[in-house]
Amino acid sequence: MSSSSSDAHGSVKSYVTGLVLSLILTVIPFAVVMTGSFSMLTTVIVITVTAVLQILVQLVMFMHMNTKADEGWNLMSFVFTLTILVLVVGGSLWIMQHLHLNMMIG
Amino acid sequence: MSTDTLNHSAHHPVEHEEEHHDAAGTKVFGFWVYLMSDLVIFGSLFATYAVLMRGTAGGPTGADIFELPLILVSTFALLISSFTFGMGVLAMNANRVGQVKMWLGITFLLGLSFICMELYEFNHLIHEGYGPDRSGFLSAFFTLVGTHGLHVTFGLIWIAVMLVQLSTKGLNDMTRPRILCLSLFWHFLDIVWICVFSFVYLMGVL
Repeated sequence: MSSSSSDAHGSVKSYVTGLVLSLILTVIPFAVVMTGSFSMLTTVIVITVTAVLQILVQLVMFMHMNTKADEGWNLMSFVFTLTILVLVVGGSLWIMQHLHLNMMIG
Repeated sequence: MSTDTLNHSAHHPVEHEEEHHDAAGTKVFGFWVYLMSDLVIFGSLFATYAVLMRGTAGGPTGADIFELPLILVSTFALLISSFTFGMGVLAMNANRVGQVKMWLGITFLLGLSFICMELYEFNHLIHEGYGPDRSGFLSAFFTLVGTHGLHVTFGLIWIAVMLVQLSTKGLNDMTRPRILCLSLFWHFLDIVWICVFSFVYLMGVL
């Protein structure tokens, strides 16, 4: 829990910073895809990196996720959820990819 | 910066209100846990989409049907609405009911325009004969994007309810935690949308 109520209120500055960063991190991948002047690999990397960065920006600047609120349980539950997501999404893709290869469709 | 949506309790004057603090804190944390379970739902839908993505059954691919300029505009609407909601929470911390209502109103309009653009897109696709029944790819696409759109719609209803409650009850120990939960919900939908436009739309047209 934060110490004094004066700095416990969100600041306009953090929200404006969050918004500007979000807009920049949105325009970059759209520009890269819409101009189509980069290789496939570069484009995929740019999209992924800007998406992850923007999610972090929003989590920190807008949702104010940190290690202090509720003794870090917010962060802990988020990390736990991420683990589940890696298992669900990664596992599904892995299994289906193998299935696809074994069926020799592609 | 120790300014928290999640760390909400410092908004109340301290003495005699320990129980309120804990109750509000528990509510917001409980809602956070709900959001995490919602994230797993979206994760499953993303996995489904990724598996079915190439199953176009001779129908259109993402590159054929996605209109990026429209998606860019709707993304801006949702991003800015997340910001305006944040400003609403700031106004709430400063005890300015009128400003809270104004920011929530702007957020509502931006959210509504996002939903309208999505409905236009869906309507357009279905009219072209590219509805969810056309292929596995389109089933997964409509389910994923539609689930997000439904969440935004419920968020809009929730904002409308809060606008009414702010008018009748004002800012108190009951409405404050609700607005904080709603702000988490709204930011969360923004984060899910980042994944949607990055991995569904942008990668879909490559």
